[in-house]
Amino acid sequence: MEGFFQLLLNGAALGSIYALIALGYTLVYGILSLINFAHGDLVMVGAYAGLFASLALGAADHPSPEKLLLVLGIAMAAAGLVGIAIERFAYRPLRGVPRLNLLITAVGVSLLLENLGQVFFGATPRVFPDLLPSVNLWQSGQVAVTNQQAVVFGTALGLMVVLEWIVQKTRLGRAMRAVAHSHETAALVGIPVDMVIAFTFAVGSALAAAAGVLIGISYPRVDPLMGIMIGMKAFVAAVLGGIGSIRGAVVGGFLMGILEAMVVGYGSSTYRDALAFVILILILLFRPAGLFGKYQPEKV
Amino acid sequence: MNNLRWFLILVGLAAMTQGLVLVLPPYLSELFTLCCINAILAVSLNLVNGLSGQFSLGQAGFMAIGAYSSASVSLFLLPGWESSAFGTQAALFISLAAAALAGALAGYLVGLPTLRLKGDYLAIATLGVGEIIRVVILNLDKVGGARGLYGIPAGTSAFVTVLILMGLVLLTHRFVHSTHGRALLAVRENEIAAEAMGVDTIAYKVKAFTASAAAAAVAGGLFAHFLCYLNPSSFGFMKSVEIVIMVVLGGMGSVSGSVLAAFVLTLLPEALRPLQSVTHLDLRLVIFALLLILMMILRPQGIFGRREFWEIFKYKRRKRA
Repeated sequence: MEGFFQLLLNGAALGSIYALIALGYTLVYGILSLINFAHGDLVMVGAYAGLFASLALGAADHPSPEKLLLVLGIAMAAAGLVGIAIERFAYRPLRGVPRLNLLITAVGVSLLLENLGQVFFGATPRVFPDLLPSVNLWQSGQVAVTNQQAVVFGTALGLMVVLEWIVQKTRLGRAMRAVAHSHETAALVGIPVDMVIAFTFAVGSALAAAAGVLIGISYPRVDPLMGIMIGMKAFVAAVLGGIGSIRGAVVGGFLMGILEAMVVGYGSSTYRDALAFVILILILLFRPAGLFGKYQPEKV
Repeated sequence: MNNLRWFLILVGLAAMTQGLVLVLPPYLSELFTLCCINAILAVSLNLVNGLSGQFSLGQAGFMAIGAYSSASVSLFLLPGWESSAFGTQAALFISLAAAALAGALAGYLVGLPTLRLKGDYLAIATLGVGEIIRVVILNLDKVGGARGLYGIPAGTSAFVTVLILMGLVLLTHRFVHSTHGRALLAVRENEIAAEAMGVDTIAYKVKAFTASAAAAAVAGGLFAHFLCYLNPSSFGFMKSVEIVIMVVLGGMGSVSGSVLAAFVLTLLPEALRPLQSVTHLDLRLVIFALLLILMMILRPQGIFGRREFWEIFKYKRRKRA
C-alpha cells in the first residue's frame, strides 16, 4: 500500500508538469482550432533556455531560491518570444486556410525546432544543473516527499492559478474568450484579434517553458528531441480532459501523470510510451469531446 | 487484351531499368532502389491523404508490420530458399505477399474504428497507432526487440521494386477513374454530400485505408530484403512525417507528384552532402522543415496539385486552342 501512495505522489508531480503543457495545447486550440504540434518542442526550448540561464548565473554552484525564480522567468520569456515568432511567421500567413494545411505547417514547425535544436545545442543529451539539491521534506515509512516534488507541484499550481486569473478576470482574458468564440465578432467590437492570438501563444509557450525547467529539475537531462514524447503525452492529457477546456487540461494532466506512474510501477516501463496512445484512442472512440468538453454536432 | 498489353509494357520497362541499373555504380543503383521504395510508400499514403481526403500520420507503422512479417517469413518459414536464383525470387514474392496480407489486416482493424474520426483527431489517432506498433515490436523478443533483426536474405532488386512501383501507380490511376474511385473522390470533396448521394463513406474510407496499409507493408517488405537488417527505431514518427512530406510536396491527390517528390526528397539529402562538409553542420533536415512550411504558405496544393504529370501538358495545349 505504501508503494501505491509513493506512486501516487510521483504521478501527481509528473502530472502537474503534463497539466502545464496541456494548458498550452488547450489555449491555442481554443483560439485557433489548431493542434499546435510544435508545442512540445517549446518545452525543449524552455529547458535549454533555463539551462543556459542557470549556467550564466552560476546557479548550479550556489543554488538559491531567487536564482531558481530568475531562471524560470528567463526561460518563460525566451520561449514566449519564440512562440510569438512562430505564430507571426508560420501560422498568421495561413489564417482562413483549411485546417489540414495548418496542421501540416505545425508539423513543419515542430521539425524545424527539433533540427535547429540539434544544430545549435548538439544531438547529445546535456545534464541540467542541479538548481535544487534533493532533500526529503517529509517521510513516513517508505513514502517520502522531496523538496523537488513540492516545488514542481507548487510552481505548476501557482501558474495555473495565475492563468485562471488572466483568463477570467482581466480585460485581455475577456478578449481571449471573445476571440475563441468568434474571430469576426471579436474584430467587429474592436478587439485586436491578431494581438490577442499572439498573446495566447506567448502565454502557452511560457507555460511550456516553465514545464521544461521543472522537468530539468526533476529529471536532470535535456536533449533536442525531448519535447516530442512529452508533448504527445500532454496533448493526450488535453484531449482526455476535453480540448479547449482549461479545467479539463489540468484534470487530464494529473490523470495522465498518475496513470503513467502506475504503469511504470506495476507493469513494464517499456510500455509507458504506448499507454498514452492507448488512452488517446479509447477516449477518441468512446468520448471524443473528453471529460469536460462539449460535443458539437456537424452541421451542413 | 488491354491488361495483357499493359503488363508486357511494365515488364519491359522494368527490365530496361534493371539493365540501366547494372551499368550504374553500386551507390547510385542502391539509391535508385531506395527512391522506388519511398515512392511506393508515398503513393500508398496518397491513397488516404490525397484521394480520400483523410489525414494519416502512421504510415511507418504499417511499413514496420510489412517489414517484420516478411522478414519473419523469410527467416523462419522459408530458410534455405535463397540457395538458387529462382528460389530467392519465389521466396521474396511469398514473403511480400505475406507482408501485404498482414498490412491489409492491420489496416482494416485500425481503420474500422479510427476512420470515424475527422481531421486532426484522425491524424493524432493514426500517429498513436504507429507508435503503438513500434513499441509492441520493440518488446517482441522473437524478432530481436530493440537489438534489431539480423540476417534477412537479400532479395530486393531494382527490377522487382520498379515493377511493383509501376504496377501500383497504374492500379491507382485506373482505380481513380473507376466507379469506386469516383465515390472515393466524392468523399474527399464533401463527405456529407457524398453520404446524401448514397455513398457508404465509412466503407470507402476503410477500403482505401486497407489498400494503403497493404501497399505500405509491401514497401516495408522490400525495405527489409534491401537492407537485410531491421530496427524498430527506423519506423518511428519521423519516418511517417517523411512520407507525409513527400505526399504534400508532390501534391495531395497527384500520384505522379508523389513519385516525383519521393525521388527528390530521397536524393536531396544525398545531394546536400557537400553543403554539410562546407558548413560542418547537418542542415539537411532544417531545410526539409523550412521547405514544408514555405510550401504550405506559398503553394499549399503541392507541386502538381491534384493533376498528374501528363495532364499538365494536356491542359496547356487545350488552353492554346
